[in-house]
This record gives sequence, structure tokens and C-alpha cells, in this order.
Amino acid sequence: MNMIDNALGVHAQALSVRSRRMELLGLNIANSDTPNFKAKDVDFKSVLQATQTSSLSITNKGHVLLTASGSPDGEMYRIPFDTSFDGNTVEMNVEQAKFGQAAADYQATLNILESRIGGIRKALRGD
Amino acid sequence: MALEDIFSVAGSALNAQTTRMNTTASNLANAATVAGSEEGAFRAKRAVFKSILADQMGDSNAGGIKVEKLIDDPSPIRKMSEPGNPVADKDGYIYLSNVNEMTEMVEMMAASRSYQNNVEVVNTTRQLMMRTIDIIKN
Repeated sequence: MNMIDNALGVHAQALSVRSRRMELLGLNIANSDTPNFKAKDVDFKSVLQATQTSSLSITNKGHVLLTASGSPDGEMYRIPFDTSFDGNTVEMNVEQAKFGQAAADYQATLNILESRIGGIRKALRGD
Repeated sequence: MALEDIFSVAGSALNAQTTRMNTTASNLANAATVAGSEEGAFRAKRAVFKSILADQMGDSNAGGIKVEKLIDDPSPIRKMSEPGNPVADKDGYIYLSNVNEMTEMVEMMAASRSYQNNVEVVNTTRQLMMRTIDIIKN
């Protein structure tokens, strides 16, 4: 099992972060007309940093664990370009663009996973 | 798993936007109604949305959206002198609804665009989900 985990690398985790991001963006789009709703997004870089730094072990009391800013799952409130009358920070054009991008990112990660799994399958079959 | 949750989020949004469309339709249908008193006159309704938190949704662990309440449009009721009208009050006035057709048409277009956006979200998510399932094939 460990071998498969190694072969898939960070991409299996990446896929779940990507789908979490899609969910948040979907939530933003759904709440585009809700008064006082604040749009959220996942900062992929900070999540990646968090997974990398947590793999470091503390061997000395002087070591300080670096954690990414914001919440541990990388969720952050979006800063809107314009303020709106009802306190809602969802900007539909921004959300649509981000959602399209997130879908493309998800497919990219999926493609990488597909090829890795193809490789494992080839190795197992041995032909 | 997160991808399935998008369906419930977008689904609740579709529901809420449908309610908004229904309110608009009701407002437009009642635009020409008259009444014999100011209190009895028809007032345009507006749907107010509220987002629901994850733990209020029951099984699913995603949030969503619902119609919190319907409020009356606060714009004033117009009265008109029409003594021949059977519903007119003792001074001969009838009271018109405060529905503004222009506002309602804009509201209807906004609701329909939001609906389309959410349908698009569902479609994209469905495609991604099918592709994810396809990994284990062949």
C-alpha cells in the first residue's frame, strides 16, 4: 500500500484540496444573492506549504514549525474589487472565472493521477 | 467527499432562485389589482436569502442557501379617484398595488441568470465526477 502512496505522490491529496476548492466556489456562486455573505476561497499555496512543513520533524527545542498564514485548511475570505450595498462580497464574473480555472486544475491533477495509475497497472501486469 | 456536496449546495440555490422567480411572477400577476383600502392593497413581495451552515443541513456536510423570509416592498401605495369602481371607498378612492413592472423584469432576469450559473456548476461538477470514476476503469 505504501508503494502505491509513494507512486501517487502529493497528487492524491492535491485532488481533495482541488475538490474542496470547487465546493467553496460552488458555495460562493450559490450565495451570490445572499445579504452579508462573504466569499471564501482556498489558497493552494498555503495548503501545500502546510503539508510540506508538517513533514519536518522537530529534533531540537530551538526548531520552530513554520505554519502557513490563515486557517490550517487554507480557507481565506476574498477581498472584493467593489463594495456592494447588501454586504455581499461575491462577484459573479470573478467566481465564474475562478470556477472554470478550478475545474481545469482538477482535470490536470486527474490527468496526472490517471497516468500514474496507468504506470502502476503496467508494472503489475508485467507485459 | 467534497464533490457530492456541490450538488446539494447548487441544488439548494436552484430551489431558492425558483422561489424568487415565483415571487416575481406573483408580483407581475398582481400588478393591476386594486383594493378599497390602503391596508388591503397588494404589496410587492421580495425573497430574502440566507446561507445555511453545514450542521443545519442534516446528513450532508456542505452548507447551502434557503429563502429566509418574504418581505413586503416598502414603496408607497398610490391611490386614485375612481368613484365608479365597485371597490372604491366612501370618498371614491381605489388603492393600486405598489408593483413596479420594471423592477420585476430586472428581478426576473437576475434570478434566471443566477439559476443558469448554478446549473452550469452542477454540469461541470458532474463531468469531473464522471472522469474521476473513469480512473478505475480499463
